[in-house]
Amino acid sequence: MISEPAPHTLDLTEARRRRAEARWRYLKDSYVLWRRNRLMVLGTSIVLGLLLVAALAPLLATHNPYEQILNDRLLAPSAKYWFGTDSLGRDIYSRVVYGARVTLTIALLVAAISTPLGMLMGIVAGYLGGLADEILMRLADVFLAFPRLILAIAFAAALGPGVENAIVAIAIAHWPSYARLARAETLNVKNNDYIQAMRVLGAGKARIMAGHILPLTLSSIIVRMSLDMGTIILTAAGLGFLGLGAQPPMPEWGLMVSDGRQFLVDQWWVSTLPGLAILVVVMGFNLLGDGIRDVLDPRQRQA
Amino acid sequence: MGRYLLRRLVTLTITLLGIMVITFFISLVIPMDPLAALAGPQAPQETVDRLRTLYGFDQPLYVQFGRYANRLLHGDLGVSFQTGRPVFQDILKYFPATLELATFAILVGVALGIPLGVLSAVYRNSLLDQFCRLLSLIGVSTPVFWLGLVLLLIFYYKLGWFPEPGRLDIMLLEPSRITGVLLVDSAVARDWEVFWSALKHLVLPASVLGLTGMAGIARITRSSMLEVLSQEYVKTARIKGLGEFLVITRHALRNALVPTVTVIGLTYGGLLEGSVLTETIFSWPGLGRYMANAFLTLDLNTIVGGTMLVAFTFCVVNLGVDLLYAFLNPKITYTAS
Amino acid sequence: MADELLLDVQDLKVEFPTLRGTIHALQGVTFRLHRRETLGLAGETGCGKSVTALAILRLISPPGRISHGRILFEGRDLLAASEAEMRDLRGSQISMILQEPKMSLNPVIRVGAQVAETLLVHDKTLSRRAAAERAVEMLATLGIPDPQRVARRYPHELSGGMAQRVMIAMMLVTRPKLLIADEPTSALDVTIQAQILELMKALKREIQTAVLLITHDLGVMAETCDRVAVMYAGSVVEQGSVRTVLKRPQHPYTQGLLKTIPNDVAPDQLLFSIRGQVPSLLAPPAGCAFAPRCDRAMPECVQAVPPQYGLEADHHVACFLHRGGTANRHDAKSPI
Repeated sequence: MISEPAPHTLDLTEARRRRAEARWRYLKDSYVLWRRNRLMVLGTSIVLGLLLVAALAPLLATHNPYEQILNDRLLAPSAKYWFGTDSLGRDIYSRVVYGARVTLTIALLVAAISTPLGMLMGIVAGYLGGLADEILMRLADVFLAFPRLILAIAFAAALGPGVENAIVAIAIAHWPSYARLARAETLNVKNNDYIQAMRVLGAGKARIMAGHILPLTLSSIIVRMSLDMGTIILTAAGLGFLGLGAQPPMPEWGLMVSDGRQFLVDQWWVSTLPGLAILVVVMGFNLLGDGIRDVLDPRQRQA
Repeated sequence: MGRYLLRRLVTLTITLLGIMVITFFISLVIPMDPLAALAGPQAPQETVDRLRTLYGFDQPLYVQFGRYANRLLHGDLGVSFQTGRPVFQDILKYFPATLELATFAILVGVALGIPLGVLSAVYRNSLLDQFCRLLSLIGVSTPVFWLGLVLLLIFYYKLGWFPEPGRLDIMLLEPSRITGVLLVDSAVARDWEVFWSALKHLVLPASVLGLTGMAGIARITRSSMLEVLSQEYVKTARIKGLGEFLVITRHALRNALVPTVTVIGLTYGGLLEGSVLTETIFSWPGLGRYMANAFLTLDLNTIVGGTMLVAFTFCVVNLGVDLLYAFLNPKITYTAS
Repeated sequence: MADELLLDVQDLKVEFPTLRGTIHALQGVTFRLHRRETLGLAGETGCGKSVTALAILRLISPPGRISHGRILFEGRDLLAASEAEMRDLRGSQISMILQEPKMSLNPVIRVGAQVAETLLVHDKTLSRRAAAERAVEMLATLGIPDPQRVARRYPHELSGGMAQRVMIAMMLVTRPKLLIADEPTSALDVTIQAQILELMKALKREIQTAVLLITHDLGVMAETCDRVAVMYAGSVVEQGSVRTVLKRPQHPYTQGLLKTIPNDVAPDQLLFSIRGQVPSLLAPPAGCAFAPRCDRAMPECVQAVPPQYGLEADHHVACFLHRGGTANRHDAKSPI
């Protein structure tokens, strides 16, 4: 039973092959996990559905969402008007369909503004530390001291009604949480051997932050972003409902719910159906976010 | 514990200062000239100019901010354009109604949320778990204003099980105001008719407001329980021969509830924002509706004063929650000191 | 050892269904433990030692399951017992101490109360005060200074060694017949290790409990165990008295294992390691699990799993090299 251990040499091709194999296995496991989780599949379908509806709105709508046919006001759902009509004779179904575009635009723009901004603040604060960290984090804390909806409403009121202002207002309310998250992740990886090695090799701060730290923080940011999408949409709808966000005649779902409020008793469909759209879409994003988080969670992968 | 508290208080003060700055900034940005409103639409330019000097609006910004901060510290939040009364007085008047609503909502949230979360965790991945998760997911995804309308439609307009929006039957008089919380005041005055009516009026809005909270509580309870159930000391408890029920309640839940309690506290603070929408729908005479109106009519003083107070409260509640967490979890203060 | 049989594990098989297939953690574990004896369960990480311990207590969590075998405790098959009966046994007749003491104690309950709890669970007539007092006595027995005060502490306030003593107190306070110790000293530093082992030996003498000591440290085993069972890839390959197995190992794996201990190695000599790798538990080979790494493998070794053949009165080896053997075969049908 005497066996001399053979010295190991590093075989690059072998190492590369093994790494590629590991990556493939990771993707395969992710896919299996995704498929097993029925709710996650549902969520993804809803979000994809939203994207499709928004993209194909002109094809899916039955009427012009802005056209008012005053003779056909407040009609119940029928074969002609699938969701009925509102107080100005507009087809609610078509407005809901076009509203998908509005919702999607708002959500994406808010994310596009608040996420990079938050990440920038967070990574810089986390990596540089010291005074920069203190200042940036105090700033984030102050913004976080306000309940998000209230802050969004306050800024929306201050900036004036309109969907662009609403987008800015919501973004202002959201960036701090990304900043904190990015900072926490940065602190985690800042002292990795890998990053230390980069420093030793003489890489500048900016290069390290942008090229190395940023990718490492991406996965938790993405998870947070997908989980946040739902809240963003709800906030936007809330602003629309209060009259501070999208303005008539834009087919924004929150605004539509508000429009139908006075007719709630006899013409329930004017408020109920757009609200249902909000519910379904937000649920889809939440399911998706949950699913992404579950898939990335190492513990789930073991069982 | 003492040192930790001190550190947090310092942070709190800085944050409160920052809140004042932001609300001041908001007030500057609001597209409304309070002087023009004060002077009236007919006033000539010179009147407005004189008012400007009189009220110090021509002073540099930091001076203005200084005066603003000074007034705040004396409790002067200005006069509301809507009601014509001092904002501070209005807030005191409307606060109890919101407090009553929020407290009930939390009770709903906790009573439904914690059992839901525990069941979900214990029977992980079963059909029950999936169902509970779906339920709390719907709770988190539902637009509050829409749910309020739907519930009103079904339970009031169509079924008549619950009364009209508002706090009390129109016919009934409010009891003499001790705390402002109707349930308390009417109980003290033994006015059971009012008590009952107030309770019935509370159910729908509290359920709406509490539903989102319930979902959040259920989710954190579930994830916290799952985390705890995989810990070694749960295994130890089973090794000792404890029945599953005791393992879950005495060992797992006690640890799992620590983060849940903080979420409950945070939810309380978060209910402030939900109340803006809920109170609008249910015509609830509370802080939320007051603020909503202020935002819509651009009632400057109210917006500034109200937002600031809400932020203050939120901040203080959060601090309280953090302290509670530190208290409950002996490890935090131990390692921090 | 003329002591009677306390625990008789026969062909125990445990599997865990996972994403990628079923992991066969235990592929037929067979060993015996007698009253008042210390049996060491040795083997490298992943060979199934801890799973065996959990299986005895029937604490394998789903989707894992015990798919085959018998576990006879005092003649009674634990796998046929009801959950209520198992709960009675756990903590009172059979106990287990775990590897990381500070993680194994509930962080929000005082340690004294945790020790007392074991008593209260199994003796409903005991008053809280009496249980608390006995808990403090137990802590003192474990050599904890100022036991009254320590009882009011929380786990994170204790050192590793103290926490392990508390754990032992918690599990021995009911004077169980069998104590399973799963790597009890691996998380402690060496000086504390020695103390704890001494303590366990003393307690064992006093309480007359049998110990199933799970460890990967052959040195610890040599010092504290009466008998030893060596595990490899989910089954027992050799068992016998500690002197016999360590001085005259018969299974190629045991021999290789002992060779890896660096005794009298010249400074520039390469350390010995068994060639090859532990087989995957997902698709276990049809024959002997060690065959691919064994220098003396024969054709039949890859075709069937060797049962344990008896060599002397108390020395069994699961290897075809010893087929025939001089004593009885050690399997389910053996009457020893």
